[in-house]
Amino acid sequence: MNLKSKDLLGLRDITAEEIEYILNTAKTMKYIITTNNKKTAHLQGKSVITLFYENSTRTRLSFELASKYMGANAANISASGSSVQKGESLIDTGKTIDSMGSDVIIIRHPMSGAPHLLAQNVKSSVINAGDGMNEHPTQALLDMFTMVEKKGSLKGLKVAIVGDILHSRVARSNIWGLTKMGAEVNVAGPATLIPPGIEKLGVNVFSTVQEALLDADVVMGLRIQLERQKKGLFPSIREYSRFFGLDDKRLKLAREDAIVMHPGPVNRGVELSSMVMDGDQSTINEQVTNGVAIRMALLYLLTRRGTANEVID
Amino acid sequence: MKLLIKNGHVIDAKSGLDKVTDILADEGLIAEIGEDIDPTGCEIIEADGMYVIPGLVDAHCHLRDPGFEYKEDIESGTRSAAKGGFTSVACMPNTNPVLDNEAMIKYVINKAKAEGLVNVYPIGAVSKGLKGEELSEIGELKFAGAVALSDDGKPVNNSSLMKKAMQYASMFDITIISHCEDLDLVDEGLMNEGYYSSVLGLKGNPAPAEEVMIARDLILAEYTRAAVHIAHVSTGLGVDLIRNAKRRGVNVTAETCPHYFSLTDQACEGFNTNAKVNPPLRTQKDVDAIIEGLKDGTLDIISTDHAPHHRDEKNVEFKQAANGLVGFETAFPLAITCLVKPGHLTLKQLVQKMCANPSKMLGLNKGTIEVGFSADLMIFNINEQYTVDINKLESKGKNSPYNGYKLFGQPQYTIVGGNPVVRSGQIV
Repeated sequence: MNLKSKDLLGLRDITAEEIEYILNTAKTMKYIITTNNKKTAHLQGKSVITLFYENSTRTRLSFELASKYMGANAANISASGSSVQKGESLIDTGKTIDSMGSDVIIIRHPMSGAPHLLAQNVKSSVINAGDGMNEHPTQALLDMFTMVEKKGSLKGLKVAIVGDILHSRVARSNIWGLTKMGAEVNVAGPATLIPPGIEKLGVNVFSTVQEALLDADVVMGLRIQLERQKKGLFPSIREYSRFFGLDDKRLKLAREDAIVMHPGPVNRGVELSSMVMDGDQSTINEQVTNGVAIRMALLYLLTRRGTANEVID
Repeated sequence: MKLLIKNGHVIDAKSGLDKVTDILADEGLIAEIGEDIDPTGCEIIEADGMYVIPGLVDAHCHLRDPGFEYKEDIESGTRSAAKGGFTSVACMPNTNPVLDNEAMIKYVINKAKAEGLVNVYPIGAVSKGLKGEELSEIGELKFAGAVALSDDGKPVNNSSLMKKAMQYASMFDITIISHCEDLDLVDEGLMNEGYYSSVLGLKGNPAPAEEVMIARDLILAEYTRAAVHIAHVSTGLGVDLIRNAKRRGVNVTAETCPHYFSLTDQACEGFNTNAKVNPPLRTQKDVDAIIEGLKDGTLDIISTDHAPHHRDEKNVEFKQAANGLVGFETAFPLAITCLVKPGHLTLKQLVQKMCANPSKMLGLNKGTIEVGFSADLMIFNINEQYTVDINKLESKGKNSPYNGYKLFGQPQYTIVGGNPVVRSGQIV
């Protein structure tokens, strides 16, 4: 099997079979990174460029390590300290990188659809590492990988996603992916932070966190951006935390063996209480490990498209 | 030179003409309508099997001249208008410099006389520099030749200034065309707020942003008794508000544009910047309500809001992309295909909305086929289908979401003052 598109722009565009295939490949990759010798030749002779127009710690490092563990030439470009500051357009920047022989460009951009624009204009594979409020597919894949690891299967799994759904690309990608894989998705958040028409994606929308958490197998908190409060979307962090924060008491509404996830970075005491974040049910650090495995799997699958390796498999 | 159009099916809304007959144009005017006109010394157009209607009148377009000639200029814009069957167009003042004074109005009029293929009527700004702070010199604008007033592209945000503008403009008997948008409600929205904005992760611009401002201007129009025209109506509630105001006797007219009866916000899928327009494309429910508003007369006019942009302003991230689409060359075929063919409007009603009504709102002596009026005419075949090819547009702007659409009713002849500027669908 191979991935149908040269790019990974979002989970909206790929099939359940492709997701399954990526998750399975990541299992092998996870084995590699848990051994003592984290080096393979999967990406030997390939160039992987990260092009980040927004700050990031974990996603960027995760991609960089994934590339290096597999022997790729990896380089970084950030918007600050590049021609972007001189006003170079995304397409022109992309074509420049392409012309230097890149195989994969990993882009994070504050505007929804930017990776799609880039992908239409370059020969390299493009991986979306988060675009505006649209998608963050590798985060959702690592979340799903973690769920499979802990729960065995995604089918019939009850996943509650709590917080700022409107601005969250993590939530969107998880909703596309999880509903495709047969999970049941509940979302809850302040009414001003629930995107209109979201129920048409097959999720249950709740206005209280309690309803959303009931009997959940997975509880996912989302980062609340503090600047949203200034835009009048909710009155205060205090009130947000009081009505939508995840603490021990609320977590008891979920299944006893429920896991707690968060894409990070966490505002401690806001989305999650410190007890919950550091508690036994939390998988936050494992998510980070799994992120490297997922990104290795994707880089491998995208770079071998059209090569002999693909045929042998 | 005399021009004789033979055997066309002539349809006119204002005079009620609806029959196969001949039209003689002489000295730029319609000299005779009837059979057995002496053809001696005439250029003859055989219009068998085709409709002959008044040249289209556009109450709302952007010619981008002066200041943005890289997007469009008066020559290319009027070529595009002619190709689309328009013989008179009213252009918006959001140029650089802004058309907010006598000299700029005269610039457009003079340049159009020298380079324009069709009649061009400038619209003056409501406020100086479109800033929404002080009234422009409305009296001078009117006497220089401005046919209406508008800050189009921006709302007149200050309600008190809008009230004063209406009061002051009434004195000069000139209509204010209102671009209705509450910027606080728009809140940096990029497309209609709804399912598709949620799915694409693009910030939503909710329908109430337009509706709240329509309501405000209807209230001010009722209070001041000024003539107000609501531009580019895109929402169902917007139509309802206008319908209600008309019942109350408010001196209001309203327009919509072809994209609001032929497309929904689904067109933004794939981050298609050619579907980015302001007001944004709405839902199917709104499209249905717009068509209903056209049928019952709530919406008087179909205008193009022709808004050409350079490809570099569209081939960018959706958020960065300019608003607007080119409309001249697809407006009439879209109206035929989406409104007349399915039976929502008769051809005569369409002629009313694209010729007589815009002409009346702008105070022009155009948009009709009567002896003594300008020989501004358009001839088309209603049964011939063609495929839209954006690379073949006469406009400098290729920003159309209709590439590849199969439409009926492409104009074959456009005649301005008795002079054919488009023949067999091509610019002469």
